[in-house]
Amino acid sequence: MRIALIGQPNCGKSTLFNQVAGYKAETGNFTGTTVTFTESSVRVGGETVEVVDLPGTYTLAGTNPAEREASRYLMSEDVDLIINVLDASHISQGLELTLELLAMKVRVIVALNMMDEASRIGLTIRGTDLSKKLGVPVMPLVASRGRGVRNLFLAALRLGKKESLDTSDYLIMENDDDRMGRHTLSGKLEQEFVTRGERRINLRDRIDDLLLHPFWGYVGLVVILYAFFQIVYGVGVLVETPLMNFLASITQKLVVFLGEGKMFTEIVVGALQGVVAGIGIVLPYLAPFLLGLGLLEDIGYMSRVAFLMDALMHRIGLHGKAIVPFILGYGCNVPAVMSTRTFDDPKERFVAAALATLVPCAAILSVVFGLVAFYMGPLIALILYLLNIFVIALVGRILTSMIPEDTPGLILEIPPYRIPTLRTVTQKAWFRIKEFIVEAWPLLIAGSAILALANYFNAAVFFNMLFRPVTWILGLPAATGVPLVFGIFRKELSLVMLGQALGSMDFNTVLTSVQMITFTVFVMFYVPCLATLAALRRELGTKAMLSITGMTIVIATITALLARGVAIIFF
Amino acid sequence: MVLLDVKKGDWVRVLKLEGGVGLADKLTQHGLYPGDCVRVLRAAPLGGPLLVEVHGREIALGRGIAKKILIEESQCESR
Repeated sequence: MRIALIGQPNCGKSTLFNQVAGYKAETGNFTGTTVTFTESSVRVGGETVEVVDLPGTYTLAGTNPAEREASRYLMSEDVDLIINVLDASHISQGLELTLELLAMKVRVIVALNMMDEASRIGLTIRGTDLSKKLGVPVMPLVASRGRGVRNLFLAALRLGKKESLDTSDYLIMENDDDRMGRHTLSGKLEQEFVTRGERRINLRDRIDDLLLHPFWGYVGLVVILYAFFQIVYGVGVLVETPLMNFLASITQKLVVFLGEGKMFTEIVVGALQGVVAGIGIVLPYLAPFLLGLGLLEDIGYMSRVAFLMDALMHRIGLHGKAIVPFILGYGCNVPAVMSTRTFDDPKERFVAAALATLVPCAAILSVVFGLVAFYMGPLIALILYLLNIFVIALVGRILTSMIPEDTPGLILEIPPYRIPTLRTVTQKAWFRIKEFIVEAWPLLIAGSAILALANYFNAAVFFNMLFRPVTWILGLPAATGVPLVFGIFRKELSLVMLGQALGSMDFNTVLTSVQMITFTVFVMFYVPCLATLAALRRELGTKAMLSITGMTIVIATITALLARGVAIIFF
Repeated sequence: MVLLDVKKGDWVRVLKLEGGVGLADKLTQHGLYPGDCVRVLRAAPLGGPLLVEVHGREIALGRGIAKKILIEESQCESR
């Protein structure tokens, strides 16, 4: 038996699906988290059934890709039964879809999800009467806490097994193609079967008075994001240093064991460094970042950030939603690229991902601090960060003017605040981390091994030649080619390798101030690291990955050239 | 009158959604239809979006969109 879950966006279909199937679908207190369907076998009452989670849709005649996916699936696959999930706190909207489903005369069960929230805002729903009126079973549900899930699926099993389906009781409108009519009827049904009591306390309005305030809202935004970064970065530093020391000592022992200077040793060590780099990204940064992001998303804060930042983001031709990848980018570009998934417009998604890769991540921060801030003072470092923001805004404007915009502005539902459950937050983070491990990590390992092999065959000359056109224009020593190649692999390596290539870690003895600035600016923008490239390829495809890479090289060269020109005047 | 001109907190009725089929579709998909009662809850500063209440849900609408929603002031306090 195949059961399809359908309902409007953000009504909790995926939460319900994950309750029965284990964590397989991405959820979030954010419209449109599911874009394609997910299927899973589930055991209910001693039987195995197929459960399909469809993307959220307000109507079967929807226009965006996720909605079309839902209706196409219902039409084509042989679905035995539909569970129509409704947000109990706003049933009139959900009922429009229910009426469409009833007109198809298929087996339907209506699940009123988030009953806890409905009662919190003072709603009483006469479910039995609604069920009689619609002609299909109506079941209460609190999917996030697993309440009502078992009863729902047992009812589904019973209905699905019935030999014949009697649809004579179904509430079917005379003109079933009338969208406006469905809307009016749904409104009437809500009035008939839902009684509004006193709203107990409207906590939401109180919180939003502060967090969406024209002034305090932005103060709150800065405080919350600052705390977010401090916590994530704090965890990262705490974990990374001992972890890296430990892994470095293992690598050293391995070198001694296998024999130094052999080709085999070099390859093994190279691959091992790829493994280490993966751990170095996942444990200290990706995991805390994704946990924190998941928490903010599930609470409902991310939509509010989009609301607050929409005006600013419009200046660079994007919507408020695009702020999320930028914020994340300062930690690590990998989750930043992943987070563009919630955009429905593919063009906007491309632009946001491209711009996110220009945001200097924590690894680039180490280069900026190790070179510019250390030798030339924090003020210059700050100027470079401001330059970076300016360049991103400029590139954003250019990119969006090249791509004609088809949506005139933001339309985004701001969900109520919800208290996330530990389980959904950790499972969501794990779901995303797993993607990184499966998709990007192998690439890191392979790339690292190849790099080690190239190094063994003394490819330094070749690397330097490869980057020579760029290093020549920028007035950098030819030897900086190797650190730049290694920087693609992991950004902080560009600093470590710079010391090796130039033969001194006292950079002011081997580089001029102008060269330091030029090098740092170039590193800030050029080619995203391998892990980010892998994420780009997975999210947007190979073509987009290549064009973004090409774009970053052009931007990096131009900005570094300009920075060089300005620096020559001042130093 | 358009939604953009409505005073904060006043309930008004949506008359018509302008700006082409695409936009009207997007709005109805978010549950905003002609005939519905809506209320502007707050506005983000510096030309930011409006936060609009429709049937108990809150939707952020960019100003460009709020300009395309024709409204009339009528008895809408019931909701």
